[in-house]
Amino acid sequence: MLEIGLNHYLVLAAIIFCAGVFSMVSKRNAIGVLIGVELVLNAVNINFVAFGKYSGGNTSIDAQVIALFVIVLAAAEAAVAVAICTNYYRNLNTIDIDRGDAVSG
Amino acid sequence: MGANGETVTVLKPQLKLILAAVIACMAMTAAPRVAMASGGGGLDEGGFVSDVLGGSHPLFEAVGFYLFGGLAAFSAIAICFTKDVVRMAIWLFATLGAVAILYFLLTAYFLGVIQIIVYAGGTLVLLIFGVMLTTKSPSMQFAVSKIGLAAGGVVSLLLFAALMGLVLGTDWQRGEPTGSIPVATLGRDLLTTYLVPFEVISVLLLVVMIGAAYLARQERE
Repeated sequence: MLEIGLNHYLVLAAIIFCAGVFSMVSKRNAIGVLIGVELVLNAVNINFVAFGKYSGGNTSIDAQVIALFVIVLAAAEAAVAVAICTNYYRNLNTIDIDRGDAVSG
Repeated sequence: MGANGETVTVLKPQLKLILAAVIACMAMTAAPRVAMASGGGGLDEGGFVSDVLGGSHPLFEAVGFYLFGGLAAFSAIAICFTKDVVRMAIWLFATLGAVAILYFLLTAYFLGVIQIIVYAGGTLVLLIFGVMLTTKSPSMQFAVSKIGLAAGGVVSLLLFAALMGLVLGTDWQRGEPTGSIPVATLGRDLLTTYLVPFEVISVLLLVVMIGAAYLARQERE
């Protein structure tokens, strides 16, 4: 219990991942959904780095580089998503994603 | 100021205190490790102090993991049960900071610093700007139906159970844990082994910058 191993990090990442999924499906504010996505990406990053450290060999560098790319992609995704949110707000005058059903049948 | 002229306090004083304590703890944990990672190492080499500060002492790792892992999990769950978007962003800040400390504990020092700079410094500020640009009143909230909450809760709990079964039912042991990687090695690999993805992601960032500016621009007729 005192010795921290891979399993500890995987369990923590699972908790954060599921919290992110719940935020994604239960928020009606588009920014709230975005915050859920950020949580999911963070959980995945914890997994990458933990697997890289505890798998031995040279995997640690690979894991850290992939995690770095995930952080960059998360930043890019957030920039585009916030731009879409402002556009959405300008068109519908609300940020409630339940109102964005104009193209549904 | 709210809709009726009453002031809306974004953060309770207790929460501010907790946040300040968390940031102080983060600074205290991170500073000596960054100094050591950058080749400072002025402390007693290989002795108890550098052991503890370097995270190689098991007790330090256990305390750090349970403290900051607990904080990360708690604030991630708090995001689920917060209605106000600004408070969600503040809880996200706590999660991101705690995850950065976990990177330090996993001896991924460079990643921890990048996490603080890019996520806490960039992405989070962007999200808060998004909140400010898309609300009429700071206390605006949307009610979510009970059945929607229940369905989401069931789905994520099932997902959690499946993940736990997978994590605890598998023997992940594959050799000894590796130590910290020098930042120089990471940089060299980024510009040799990972040169193509590195360049692709540079182009992607440029495209995103242009695309976001195009999407968010104010149309003038």
